[in-house]
Amino acid sequence: MKKSRDDYLTIFFIAIAATYILATLALPMYAILSKSIENKEGLFIGLSNYKYYFSNPSLFYSIYNSLFVSIITTIISVTLSFMFAYALTRSCMRAKPFFKTMAMIPILLPSLLAGIALIYLFGNQGVFKALLMGRSIYGPIGIIIAEVFYTFPHALLIIITALSIADARLYEAATVLRSSPIRTFFTVTIPSAKYGLMSACFVVFTLVITDFGIPKVIGGQYNVLAIDVYKQVIGQQNFEMGAVVSVVLIIPALLAFIVDRIVQKKQISILTARSVVYEPKKNKTFDLMMFLYCSLITLFILTMVGMCLYASLIKFWPYNLSFSLKNYHFDLMDGGGWDSYYNSIKMASYTAFFGTIIVFTSAYFIEKARTIKTARIMMHLLSMMPMAIPGMVLGLAYIFFFNNPNNPFNFIYGTMAILVICTITHFYTVSHLTAITALKQIDYEFESVSSSLKQPFYKMFFSVTVPISLPVIFEIGIYFFVNAMTTVSAVVFIYGPKTTLASVAVLNMDDAGDIAPAAAMGMMIFYTNAFVRISYVIITKKVLVKFQQWRTK
Amino acid sequence: MTHYLTVKNVSKSFGKFQALQNTSFEVQEGELVCILGPSGCGKTTLLRVIAGLEEQNSGQIIQQGREITNLPPDQRDFGIVFQSYALFPNLSVKDNITFGLKTRKQSNEIIEQRLNELLSLIGLESHKNKYPSQLSGGEQQRVALARALAPSPGLLLLDEPLSALDAKVRQFLRSEIKNLQKKLGVTTVMVTHDQEEALSMADRIILMNKGVIEQIDTPQDLYSKPHTSFAADFIGKTNLFKATKNTEHSLMMFGQNFECHQLLTQNELMVAVRPEDIKITDQITKNNTLSGVVKEIEFLGSYSIGLIEVSHNNQRKSLICHLPLDNNARNDLKKNSLVNILLSPQSLKIVNSDLQI
Ligand SMILES: Nc1ncnc2c1ncn2[C@@H]1O[C@H](COP(=O)(O)OP(=O)(O)OP(=O)(O)O)[C@@H](O)[C@H]1O
Ligand SMILES: [Mg+2]
Repeated sequence: MKKSRDDYLTIFFIAIAATYILATLALPMYAILSKSIENKEGLFIGLSNYKYYFSNPSLFYSIYNSLFVSIITTIISVTLSFMFAYALTRSCMRAKPFFKTMAMIPILLPSLLAGIALIYLFGNQGVFKALLMGRSIYGPIGIIIAEVFYTFPHALLIIITALSIADARLYEAATVLRSSPIRTFFTVTIPSAKYGLMSACFVVFTLVITDFGIPKVIGGQYNVLAIDVYKQVIGQQNFEMGAVVSVVLIIPALLAFIVDRIVQKKQISILTARSVVYEPKKNKTFDLMMFLYCSLITLFILTMVGMCLYASLIKFWPYNLSFSLKNYHFDLMDGGGWDSYYNSIKMASYTAFFGTIIVFTSAYFIEKARTIKTARIMMHLLSMMPMAIPGMVLGLAYIFFFNNPNNPFNFIYGTMAILVICTITHFYTVSHLTAITALKQIDYEFESVSSSLKQPFYKMFFSVTVPISLPVIFEIGIYFFVNAMTTVSAVVFIYGPKTTLASVAVLNMDDAGDIAPAAAMGMMIFYTNAFVRISYVIITKKVLVKFQQWRTK
Repeated sequence: MTHYLTVKNVSKSFGKFQALQNTSFEVQEGELVCILGPSGCGKTTLLRVIAGLEEQNSGQIIQQGREITNLPPDQRDFGIVFQSYALFPNLSVKDNITFGLKTRKQSNEIIEQRLNELLSLIGLESHKNKYPSQLSGGEQQRVALARALAPSPGLLLLDEPLSALDAKVRQFLRSEIKNLQKKLGVTTVMVTHDQEEALSMADRIILMNKGVIEQIDTPQDLYSKPHTSFAADFIGKTNLFKATKNTEHSLMMFGQNFECHQLLTQNELMVAVRPEDIKITDQITKNNTLSGVVKEIEFLGSYSIGLIEVSHNNQRKSLICHLPLDNNARNDLKKNSLVNILLSPQSLKIVNSDLQI
C-alpha cells in the first residue's frame, strides 16, 4: 500500500527516536565493551584486561561479597515486604493507607541516607550501638540493613500487585474443603503470588548488586563489585579496568532481567483470567498481629528518617545536642554547596520534562502506528534494555562515548545535558512500560477514525490521546523527577565542576567526614521529593478533576 | 452500467490463515448492502480492506471509477462507524462530530451550520455539550454515525453498528439508520452477523462463509431462492434432504416420488424446504406426500412449530414445519399422532452443498 503523509511522519519520528536511543544507549554500551578490550593507548589487546583482572584474587572476594549481600538482602527484603503486603491486602487491620504511605518513604530518599542513618544509630557513637553486641555496623551487617530499607518499597509495590489479583474463588474452595489456614496459605496464597514474588526477588537482587552508594558509606573495608568500578575509575583513573568490572557487573543484572522477562510473560495469562476479587474477613488476633507488624516496620522506617532529620538539626552529635541550622550551610563545605541542590532541582525538572515527552511520544508511535512494524518491535526491545544496565555502568559508558573528541556531541560532556540524558536513559524502561500499559487501554480504532476523517494523527494525539493520558503522563514525570533527585550511580562519573548534584554532594560530604551536613543534604532531597509527591496528590484531587470532567457520568 | 464500488478477487491472509478468498462484488450508488455471515467469516476484514485499514494480498478495489486498491485510508473517500463507536471520550458531542470538519479551511459559520444539520438529523440537538459517557448506547451510536457522515463521504462503512445495543433500541435504530441512509442517498456497506437485521435493512445481502462469498441477492431472493445449503440453512429455518434424480422434473426422497418445478441436472441432489412450505393434509396423493409421526409441538403464539419424524428403510429424519393455529385446531394434532404432509413442487429448492447429511 502507498504510504500516507501520516505514515511518512511516523517513519520520520521513529527514525528520530531510534537515532536517539542508539546514541544514548547502544553506542555508549558499545563504547564500554570495546574499551574493556583496549589498553591505555587505545590499542586492541583482546581479553588481556579480563585475564589480568581474573588473575587477581581480591576479585573473587568482591564477587563473593556482592553475591552474599545481594542474596541475603533479597531474602530478608522480600520476606518482610511480603508480610507487609499480606497485611495490606489480606487483613482487616486499621490505618492501611497510612502504612502504605509510610512504606513508600524510602523511595524519596537517596540510598546513601540509609547508610548515614545507620551510622548515627549503630556507629561508633550510635544510639543503639549496644544492640550489636560488639559487632561493627561497618561491613555486611550495615550494608544489608541499609539495602533492605532501600529496596523494601520496590519489592512491596510488586508484591501488593501480585496479591491483589488473587482469586476469591480459590479461597472459597479451600474453605469448603476444610483446608487449614496454614495449608491454604501454602497451597493457594504462595502459588498465586509466585510470579510476583519471583519478580520482586529479581528487582531487589539487581538493585543491590548494582548499588554502590550504600557499600561506599557503610561498607568499611568490605569490597563489592560496584565499589570496585568506583575505585578503578575515581580512585585509580584506570578506565579500562573500570570497563572490565562493569562488563562483569552487567552479567548478573542481565541474567536477572532476562529471567524476570520470561517469568513476566507467564504472569499475563494469570492476570487476564476472570477472577473474583478477594475480600478479607475480620479476624481479631490476626488483624492485631498484622497491625503490630506493620507498626514495627513503620517505626523502623521513621526511625531511620527521623535520625537523619535529628542529626541534621543539632550542633554536634553526640556532644552538643542543641538545635542548629549550621549543617544546612552547605556553602561552607565540600560537595558544591547550595548550588548542588539547585542543580539537582534543575536536572530533575529537565529530566521530568524531556523524559516524559520522549518516553510518551516514542511509546505512542511504538504502540499505535500502523506502519513499519518490525522497526517498532525493535524499538520496544531497545526501550527494555536500560533496565538491565546498572547506572554506574551507563555513566561510565557515557564517559567513553561522549568524552571521545571524535564524537560530534562531545560538547555536551560536563554539562547539564549529559546528566539529563543519562538519567532519562537510566530510568527509561519503567516509564516506557507505564506509558505502553496506559496506551494499550485506549481504543485502537481512534487512529482509524481519525484517518478516515482525513485528520493528521498529531491532531488526534494532541486533542485526544494526550488529554486522556494526563494522569499517566504526570505519573511518569514524577517518577523521573524523584529518581533524578536521588540517583547517585548514574551521575557520579559524569557530573562536572559546574554541575555538582545534591545526591553526589551527600556522597562527597560523607567521604570528607561531614556526616551531619551529608544527612542535611539528604534531607533536602527528601523534603523536595515529599513536597512534589504531596503537591501531585493535591493537584490530581483538585485541578485534574476539572480537566477530566468527561470521566464522570 | 458502472458501479459505485467494485471489489475484484480480493484475497487476504493472516499468516497461514486465509481470511478472504477471491471475494468479488459490486455496490450500486445509493445502495445499502449488508455483509452477513457467522462470526469469524471475514466480514470485518473485508470492510477494513475496503477502508484501507488492512492491506489485501491480491485483488482490486475501484470506487467511482477510481482505483483505490493501494491508497492509504486518508486518501479514500469513506466514513466509518466501528462496533465500539470509538467516540473520543474527552471531547463533547459537538467536538466529536466536528472533528473531521475543522482544518478544512471552512469558516466557523459553515461548520456550525453543518453541526446543527447533523444534530437535527440524529435528533440530539439538546445533547451537543455532553460527553460520550453521559449518553446512552443508542445515542452514542448516533453520534458516531453523525461524526462519520460529517464530511459528507461518498461511502459509509458500518461494522456491526447495532450489536452493542439491547433489542428494543436495536429495532428502533434499524429503521432509523435505513431512513437516514435513503434520505442522504449515501452508498453504504454494513457488516452484521444478525440475519434479521440484514433482511430488514439491506437492499442486497452479501452472504459470507469462511472467507468466501456464498451468494449475493436481495433479501427476498436470498430467502426464497438460496443457492447453497449454507444459504438455506443460515437464513431462516430450513429442512435439508438428500435425494436422487428421477426425471428432469421429479426426484426420489424417502422412497417417494416428488415433482419439482426446478430443472434437475445432477443425479445426487440436496433439497431445501422451508418449514412454512410444509402443509398438513388429509388426502394422500400419489406424489409429493409423506406420512410421519408428530414428535413434538412447540406453541409460539400465532403459530406452532411441529417436529415430524418420517422414516424409510430404517432411516429416520425429523422435519420442522409450521402449524398455523386453525390447522392445528382442525386436525387436533397431538404428540405421537400420525399425519400426512404435502411438499408442493414449488416448495422444493435444489441447492449446492458441501454438507453431508
Ligand atoms: N490481525 C489479525 N491477525 C490474525 N488473524 C486475524 C486478524 N484479524 C482477523 N483475523 C482472523 O480472521 C478471521 C476473520 O476475522 P473477522 O474479524 O473479519 O471476522 P468477522 O466475520 O468480522 O467476525 P465477527 O462477527 O466475530 O466480528 C477470524 O478467524 C480472525 O481470527
Ligand atoms: Mg467483526
